[in-house]
Amino acid sequence: MIGIVSYGAYVPIYRLKRDEIGRAWSRGSGGGERSVANFDEDSATMAVEAVIDCLKGFERETVDGLYFASTTPPYREKQTASLVAQACDLRRHMFAADFSDSIRAGTTALRAACDAVKSGSAKRVLVAAADCRLAQPQSGNEQEFGDGSAALLIGREGVICEIEEIYTHADDIVDTWRTENDTFVRSWEDRFVLTEGYTRNINEAIKGLLKKCSLKPADISKVVLYAPDSRRHAEMAKPLGFDPKTQMQDPMFKALGNTGAAFAMMILASALESAKPGDRIILANYGDGADAILLKVTDEITKLPKRRGMKAHLASKLDLSTYEKYVRFRRLMPLESQAREGANAFPPVALREREQLTSLHGSKCKACGRTFHPMQRVCIYCGAKDQFESVRLSDRKGILYTYCIDNLAMSSDPPTVVTKVHIEDKAGAIGIYCQMTDRDLDKVKPDIPVEMTFRKLHDAGNMHTYYWKCRIPREA
Amino acid sequence: MGTIKDKVAIIGMGCCKFGENWDKSADDMIIDATYEAYEDAGVEKKDIQACWCGTAFSGVGGICVAGPLKLDRIPVTRLENFCATGMETIRNASYAIAAGVYDIVLCVGFEKLKDSGLAGLPAGYIHPALGVNVTAPGRWAMAATRYFQHYGISPQEGRETLGRISVKNHYNGARHPKAHLRREVTLEQVLSAPIIAWPLGLFDCCGNTDGAASAILCRADIAKKFRDDYVLIKGIGLAIGPSLGKEDADYDYIHLEETITAAQQAYKEAGIKNPRKELDILELHDCFTISELMTLEAIGVCKQGHAKEDIDAGVFTLKGELPANADGGLKSFGHPIGASGVRECYEVYKQIQGKAQLPERQLKDVKLGLSHNQGGHPGSLLPIITILGAAG
Repeated sequence: MIGIVSYGAYVPIYRLKRDEIGRAWSRGSGGGERSVANFDEDSATMAVEAVIDCLKGFERETVDGLYFASTTPPYREKQTASLVAQACDLRRHMFAADFSDSIRAGTTALRAACDAVKSGSAKRVLVAAADCRLAQPQSGNEQEFGDGSAALLIGREGVICEIEEIYTHADDIVDTWRTENDTFVRSWEDRFVLTEGYTRNINEAIKGLLKKCSLKPADISKVVLYAPDSRRHAEMAKPLGFDPKTQMQDPMFKALGNTGAAFAMMILASALESAKPGDRIILANYGDGADAILLKVTDEITKLPKRRGMKAHLASKLDLSTYEKYVRFRRLMPLESQAREGANAFPPVALREREQLTSLHGSKCKACGRTFHPMQRVCIYCGAKDQFESVRLSDRKGILYTYCIDNLAMSSDPPTVVTKVHIEDKAGAIGIYCQMTDRDLDKVKPDIPVEMTFRKLHDAGNMHTYYWKCRIPREA
Repeated sequence: MGTIKDKVAIIGMGCCKFGENWDKSADDMIIDATYEAYEDAGVEKKDIQACWCGTAFSGVGGICVAGPLKLDRIPVTRLENFCATGMETIRNASYAIAAGVYDIVLCVGFEKLKDSGLAGLPAGYIHPALGVNVTAPGRWAMAATRYFQHYGISPQEGRETLGRISVKNHYNGARHPKAHLRREVTLEQVLSAPIIAWPLGLFDCCGNTDGAASAILCRADIAKKFRDDYVLIKGIGLAIGPSLGKEDADYDYIHLEETITAAQQAYKEAGIKNPRKELDILELHDCFTISELMTLEAIGVCKQGHAKEDIDAGVFTLKGELPANADGGLKSFGHPIGASGVRECYEVYKQIQGKAQLPERQLKDVKLGLSHNQGGHPGSLLPIITILGAAG
């Protein structure tokens, strides 16, 4: 049996009310709110979050491959999957690939992962889909889009949701696109996009799948359906023969928005959170064609360790109070920059130190047992030289030992909370000096619990520099 | 191990007007400070046998002072030790004299910050990930946060005590003709000023300043040839550690450990057993008010955790039991990086001689003083402590 072994999801902590976007442009509001990636998040960091959520209860060393799916990879040329794998501390001997350029990339990667497992070339493959699409300011997309990610672990053993059948077709159409020089997503006229793009393709795929499997709409427990917006989603159920009230999985438009390549998988994660053994789910995704995938939930789903998934991430949120903050987060306006050169970047340093910077490893002294970050060749506690092993710190709990709230440091979201975290360890606490992100200043106090999160630090040198920050745990 | 005690004398010092010296270059300030020192010592350029100069950002190589001063083919060394650069010139020069190699040498500390267009200090090398958003006020604010938490001081109470340090130093600086920020401030003004790095506000942070200060040092046994009121170096301490306190979980952000050690080194040489009783004046490196508070404990003048009571009681004011930063300190006198360490000796030197510029600033019976210069931040400090004493 091949199928989903585990799932994870991630929603950035910030939500922007659609009323606030409407206010900014003196336009109507779609109601509800959309998720907004923090200024230090992008598709790579969100994918890391979803993968870590997905791997809760699983040994990271057991992953044979990682497929990253997004229309907004951080680099035009340079792989993101390898970065996500490094940050998630997956093993070196695995395959990594990016699936990009279509909002259907998530399910395309899912199909490829199934094929890899089916062929026997891999036992467990991760699919991580993340998107952070930029809508033209003042456009309808600006309210409709959201940011987020989801991850699925595909394998043969411990399958919680069998992948029974996959229907796919390709369809070349220019309905939503970006060229080399576009910053914002472009769309052709609404009616064309919906009738000739979305509706026609989804109809064809779902009907094709049901026919291929000799199933009727009534045989399906839930339909996980990508849709560009809530109206289009609502309009699809009846013509396809599904009951809009009971059979359609809530696409969370009021709380999330259309998260592009990650959207269908995020809705699936949400469906799996309340799925029961025996449930049949259709996962339907659109973009330059369509995928319709038939899934069957197994008894194993009850054994899956608790994760944050969609529910906890949606419940844990901060209000991005103004549209202007959104403008600053996404750098939609050139802002006054300080004369002080804030940061620099050197690829050799990033390479040499990727274990401690990207994977957040510390050096554990084999002589005295104490661990230090950044990694030290000479132990500060016992003086032993070059006797250390590299250990992962990113998944450990910590406390906020001390901090400052710095208005001087350059940031897209001042003030910067700079912290010293004490990570718990039997041999003695491990200090980490880092920034705090996703912070609610009213809750920042000495000795509160914190956890580590992978973030982008800056774009100096026309490359992206990533590192870890701490945050108050995303518990609801 | 030997000792520096009573082997080296300061026979002349000079200090240019500190401030935003738009009309002066580094060369101008070096010349102003050094020629004042020559005159004070009664020496000429030809008497100088070697020179140590210090600047963190405003020049490289000994030629940066040899040029403006026209020093002619003598050994000139440029030093840098972060914000402790200035006192490093005096420290290094002292050992050269103590070694018997030179009789009379020149020390010059200087910094020209205001030509850069930066509100803060130039950055230098920044680690692409680990060095991002590390600011000096931020680093000291982290100590303030933990110090307050540890001793059960509310941020508001703590800010008031720090505010008193700022009020005192501004009061003192307003009375020094060469200080940068010459105006008094009220506690209310201090507490309502914009926050730079919580819990530190604008008045908790020193100014960004241009300046230069110079000293003429000689063998103690020939000092009397130049003047009767020369000042002796009684002890010097410098303690630098691995500087990993910001990462090391064992570092508590409550103690300035390097300063504790540097003070012990200096006291041992000087024979000081009870600094609170024996010292008559303190010049402390108050780059941030919390630095002055924590240093008072580190040098043993206040008991650990009790500086607040002494500060609140006014112990360190001009009329207090043990005046600290009688010239306004970095807070008010300003902080031209390479110059500050020499300036911190300049004030003690002048007070010992009874030659504070204005009578209202002159402290009574100053025989022994402590000058503290410091680079870095809590957990990674470079403190130098020099004990200066009256001749005889």
